Amino acid sequence: MSASLLEIRNLSIKFRTENGPTEAVKNVSLSLKEGGSLAIVGESGSGKSVTALALTRLLASPPAEYASGSILFKGQDVLGMNLEQLRKIRGKEIAYVFQEPSTSLNPVYTVRNQIAEAIKLHRPDVKNVDAEIVRWLNTVGIRDPEKRMLDYPHQLSGGMQQRVMIAMALSCEPSLLVADEPTTALDVTIQAQILAELKRLRTEFNMGLILITHNIAIIQGLCDRIAVMFRGEVVEYGDTTSVLRSPQHEYTKALMTCVPRLGSKEKRLKTIDYSWLATK
Amino acid sequence: MITDTDNPVLQEAQLIESPARGVWRRFLRNKVGVVAGIFIVLFFLTALATGLGSLGGIYYPYNPNTTSLEIKLQPPSLAHWAGTDNLGRDVFSRLLNGSYISLTVGFVAVSVSLLLGVVVGAISGFFGGWVDNIIMRVVDAILCFPTFFLILTAVALLGPSIINIIVVIGLVSWTGTARLVRAEFLTLREAEYVRAARSLGAKAPALVFRHILPNALAPIIVTAVISIPGAILTEASLSFLGFGVQPPQATWGNIITDGKTYLLDAWWLIVFPGATIFVAALSFYLAGDALRQAAETRSERK
Amino acid sequence: MLNFLLRRLGISVILLFFISVVSFLIITLTPGSPYPWGEMNPKVSPQMKENFRAKFHLDEPWYKQYYLNMKGLFTGTLTSIKDDRPVLQKIGERLPATLLLNILAITIALSFGLMLGVYAARHAGKLPDLLTCIVAFVFIALPEFWIAGLIVIGLVKFTDAPILGTQSYGVDFPNLFAMGLDRYWHLALPATVLALGGIAAQALYIRASMVETMRQDYVRTARAKGLPQDVVFYKHALRNSIRPLITGIGGLLPALIGGSIIIETIFAYPGIGRMGYEAVLERDYPTLVAMNFIVASLVLLGNLISDILYAVVDPRVRLE
Repeated sequence: MSASLLEIRNLSIKFRTENGPTEAVKNVSLSLKEGGSLAIVGESGSGKSVTALALTRLLASPPAEYASGSILFKGQDVLGMNLEQLRKIRGKEIAYVFQEPSTSLNPVYTVRNQIAEAIKLHRPDVKNVDAEIVRWLNTVGIRDPEKRMLDYPHQLSGGMQQRVMIAMALSCEPSLLVADEPTTALDVTIQAQILAELKRLRTEFNMGLILITHNIAIIQGLCDRIAVMFRGEVVEYGDTTSVLRSPQHEYTKALMTCVPRLGSKEKRLKTIDYSWLATK
Repeated sequence: MITDTDNPVLQEAQLIESPARGVWRRFLRNKVGVVAGIFIVLFFLTALATGLGSLGGIYYPYNPNTTSLEIKLQPPSLAHWAGTDNLGRDVFSRLLNGSYISLTVGFVAVSVSLLLGVVVGAISGFFGGWVDNIIMRVVDAILCFPTFFLILTAVALLGPSIINIIVVIGLVSWTGTARLVRAEFLTLREAEYVRAARSLGAKAPALVFRHILPNALAPIIVTAVISIPGAILTEASLSFLGFGVQPPQATWGNIITDGKTYLLDAWWLIVFPGATIFVAALSFYLAGDALRQAAETRSERK
Repeated sequence: MLNFLLRRLGISVILLFFISVVSFLIITLTPGSPYPWGEMNPKVSPQMKENFRAKFHLDEPWYKQYYLNMKGLFTGTLTSIKDDRPVLQKIGERLPATLLLNILAITIALSFGLMLGVYAARHAGKLPDLLTCIVAFVFIALPEFWIAGLIVIGLVKFTDAPILGTQSYGVDFPNLFAMGLDRYWHLALPATVLALGGIAAQALYIRASMVETMRQDYVRTARAKGLPQDVVFYKHALRNSIRPLITGIGGLLPALIGGSIIIETIFAYPGIGRMGYEAVLERDYPTLVAMNFIVASLVLLGNLISDILYAVVDPRVRLE
């Protein structure tokens, strides 16, 4: 029985805005086992990114407030940690890959500089840092890593930038990788490649993976469990295959019908019908 | 409440408030800005009163142009709050009288430069391409001029009348606004709603005046407010060097010039006018900055 | 990189030409008597006027005048109306003083501005930030002639400190060090007053830039990597925020040169600012033309330097 890696219990997060506080995350409970994979699916504003960023308290706070609940990572509550402990987890245990690779890398430092920074911080015992960098760039499928690592981010294509981000995240050998819409900003063809990489890397390193996306179509085959979020709440949560095959919640059903299918005779794309909200 | 969707999610999220009200509301929350704003209103009212009002009587303690040599160069006292100058004129009254000139120069010069800047910037930003290129080169060139020196030379040679000063200051300082307006237009031109309007068949004038300009208005107004003290300070500096509006008409700057020779003995001739200029300029700067913060769009704030 | 430099240099030369033509036109085309003598002066004979006109080419078409003036400038033969001395020589005597003053002022403005701006950004939104911003606006709103005047009056009235000119008169200095110190003292005060507005402006630019940068995605990545806040702030954010500092240099120089006029006048500092002012008072056209040219060149040089610095700091510019 694999150990519990992450347990989110009744998490609620509020944001202070000029119009008063808004609840971005309402009473969310999720869990992840070691080496497990979870997809959090929802539309914009559903709270999925906020939940993901909360895992290492990356939200700007003010205006964010961790109102209640707990986030247990390997048994310890992240919300109760001090900055020292938090920084030990960030990057080393929980690593992130963000949506926009073109702006997520610092434009004035080379790829090498930025990855080395992470390695030196979390794995000070590594003697040959450059060799490590090359190894990881290779792992994510970048050709000519010795040359590429001397490049600046703007000299790389979007797909390569994202691979660099993944390499940088993995180079510290984290237990959990949180990927927030990692392929949304990329071409469809590159999307498939990156997702395949993530799948491969996950199994290869037995790493936990949380994948945030609004695109329900990509998670099959990649994530064991799925949580569907809507307006801050988890409306459906379970095994990927069963949820996708027979969704219980109205919203999930609506999401499923929206996915266009090749070969269908439909002439119009479907949109989400919110009429079910009236019954709540 | 008017909503334009039947999506309950969006319905709840919509708070209909016109952007102008939002800016005003946020501005009022900024204490510093409000205090500065009050000062500006005071200055403005003073200028208005002295500009329109009669000399002497209810508007001034003394006639600002009456000389009486027997009371010349007197330090501040109960009778003369800011002392008298070298010709026996009451400094305080002259300060009040000068507010009209100084503020007018400030406002009108900025209006000139604003007009120029907006027109040039709009053309440049809207049409883009080679038009933009050429205009920007010219703007770059003008920015390289040592402006104060140029203003000084021009005013000195043209003659220091109030019109000349206003025009010269205006002609030299429009570049900042032009750059700003151009940047706004370039961005807004590509905005979704502009494209939408275009696709619906809107022609250039409609696009510019109905869609783009109103949205570019906020930074333009902020720039205008922030430029006013610059113009006032320039006019004051010109006056100090002797090339501002000439006496006997009082301006904040030339009260100092008039007494330049007596400076070491009559400290009030420089302290009070300078302080007035300082407070006026500071008020505009602080209010302008508060306005800028209030006008920042949502994406910039969060 | 060399390409970039050559291109910038080329553009600068063209700009210089353009600026010199425009300033020349402003100077020559403005109405008013060009003669240094009063209109009603009975001692002035028509012959004197003739000679004057011939000597300064006042009857030629403007472009010829421009050419002749420029030629005179570059060969050092352009002479001043006021005292008949070659303009270049006069400028040469006073330029170093002004350069020294302005360079010191720029250094002060940039370094203190940077420190102040970074400090404010570090505590963004809290009291130290608000106070710093208000102080900055105070500096900008201060009329230069006022603060300079106040300082001069204050020092003269309440202390015996000698401040005018570049060095104290009639004092024997025991050694070079003491003299250097005295010189520095005479230079530092006007330079600081000159720099006040620049410090404030730079501080505000840097602060705004830093606050903007801290909201960037790559800063979030740096934090997510587990880097301590200091590293995030100083290594990741600062380098990306320096750009306005460098652009500031471009804008700082023209402003300082303008300010020099007033500061030099009040502190009785013998630089070209003062000379320019006197030339304006006396309508000494050749001097004005030359001064405009020199000043414009200095400004363009400053811009060129700031462009080079840009390329050094931002690899994206370098690799174009």
